[in-house]
Amino acid sequence: MIDVINFLGENIQMIYFLVLSIFVGVEVIGKVPSVLHTPLMSGANAIHGVIIVGSIIVMLNTEPENTLLLVLGSIAVVLGTLNVVGGFVVTDRMLEFFKKKK
Amino acid sequence: MNKKHILDIIYLIASVTFVIGLKMLSNPQSARKGNLFAAAGMFFAIIGTIIIKHGTVAPIIYYLICGSIFIGTVIGWVAAKKVKMTAMPEMVSLFNGMGGACAALISLLEFQHYVGVTHKIIIILLGMVIGSISFSGSIIAFLKLNGTMKKSFRLPKYNIINTVLLIFLLGFISYTSFANQQPLCLYLLFASALVYGILFVVPIGGADMPVVISLLNSFTGLATAFGGFLYNNQVMLTGGILVGSAGTFLTIVMCHAMNRTLTNVLFGGFSEEGTSATSSAKGSIKDISVTDAAVLMNYSKTVVIVPGYGLAVAQAQHVMHELEQLLESRGVEVKYAIHPVAGRMPGHMNVLLAESNVDYEKLLEMDDINSDFPNTDVVLVVGANDVVNPAAKNDSSSPIYGMPILDVELARHIIVNKRSMNVGYAGIDNELFYNPKTSMLFGDAKGVLTKLVSELKTM
Repeated sequence: MIDVINFLGENIQMIYFLVLSIFVGVEVIGKVPSVLHTPLMSGANAIHGVIIVGSIIVMLNTEPENTLLLVLGSIAVVLGTLNVVGGFVVTDRMLEFFKKKK
Repeated sequence: MNKKHILDIIYLIASVTFVIGLKMLSNPQSARKGNLFAAAGMFFAIIGTIIIKHGTVAPIIYYLICGSIFIGTVIGWVAAKKVKMTAMPEMVSLFNGMGGACAALISLLEFQHYVGVTHKIIIILLGMVIGSISFSGSIIAFLKLNGTMKKSFRLPKYNIINTVLLIFLLGFISYTSFANQQPLCLYLLFASALVYGILFVVPIGGADMPVVISLLNSFTGLATAFGGFLYNNQVMLTGGILVGSAGTFLTIVMCHAMNRTLTNVLFGGFSEEGTSATSSAKGSIKDISVTDAAVLMNYSKTVVIVPGYGLAVAQAQHVMHELEQLLESRGVEVKYAIHPVAGRMPGHMNVLLAESNVDYEKLLEMDDINSDFPNTDVVLVVGANDVVNPAAKNDSSSPIYGMPILDVELARHIIVNKRSMNVGYAGIDNELFYNPKTSMLFGDAKGVLTKLVSELKTM
């Protein structure tokens, strides 16, 4: 119990951040029309591609001699890039058609 | 001036673009700009992370990072550009799986660096498990949507097996974190999480895949947030939590649009019990020739078209538009009735029809058009099935009971174009086809519509 309280206390800013972000996430898409469900899901999909930043950090911290880690890290970067680039491009293609509305 | 601060500011800007981007994405007018806005923020976050580093990094690592990003960009770009609009949903699922796999890999690699630091290990394991579930689950969803995996086979008592496996996963995470921080445990957890992802999605019917993808999407968001916790990285945290919460909310909204609850989708699913009751609804069906169908529509005042996935698969949306214009030129009022889940995902059909230049004013959502059906002369159902199945209203034993549907049976005539009498995605029979007012026009949507158009031109 003491551990938990200590952990929360030490990371209190993080916890605030977490709680507020959750509300922001819900509020921000509050009244989305059903027409936009698919593009919105796809857009959100692209945004969590920010995981690529993590894979880059892994790479930056890897020793150049550690081939296995470098290979796996590179794969992670490729996967993250796929998520980001594919996600944004697919979303853009879906939304292209919404602009033609006169 | 501290370089770290510059990076922090870049991350702050990127986080703001994510929030604003999501906000703009939920409005049709600004959606496209919102997407580009978030993409720009992402670009700076990535560039910033690469350039602004602490300490020295060997050049080889930079080459590898840039090379990997290049490869990923080319593949992702080409795949996203080449994919047909009809295959969009499974593409999203696939990209989501890539993100999940990335998160899992990061955790696998970082584990060894944090052995002994229990709270970091918990974060790493949670990130890995959620990322892996998202990865294997998304791949299954992808296979189901593109038709490779057609049957939703179930292990006996699959709900119990899944629950036990989930409890095992949670227990094993605690065991590994607090008692035994061995790589072997890590790999075991990794494998179990992959298996769980598969077992989690496999029993769920294809019609519910959009909900599942949306849920897995928020899972990946969560895994990303754990990555952010691990590195104390603000942009990963914001991006991850935003998608995690917005994705969960969107999942619930989607369920709501189908009048289902999330637990019903995930654990109840379409039960097999209803099928025996509905199959008794047989009667005789009536065929109609293309010529008769053309005459019928030509001399009607109002025609409502109900497009479904069959239309999309046959790539018939352009011919559909041609038919609509031809009828309009003859003074027939033509409208489209779009069910919220027409196609494979909410909004999917709107995108497809917009692609073939159908006027937006003609696309009516379910709630707006349902009151018009009693005054409609002809309803033309093209490749749709479950969304016009009256069993959703009449038959409480039906698996789709309670789903809001288009009340096409209220119209004077109903013409249903289908390839065959096969059942729809929910795997159940449709009593609409046996309605005396209904005529069946069998054939591939594109072929039939093309014939209708040429027939109409001769009139």
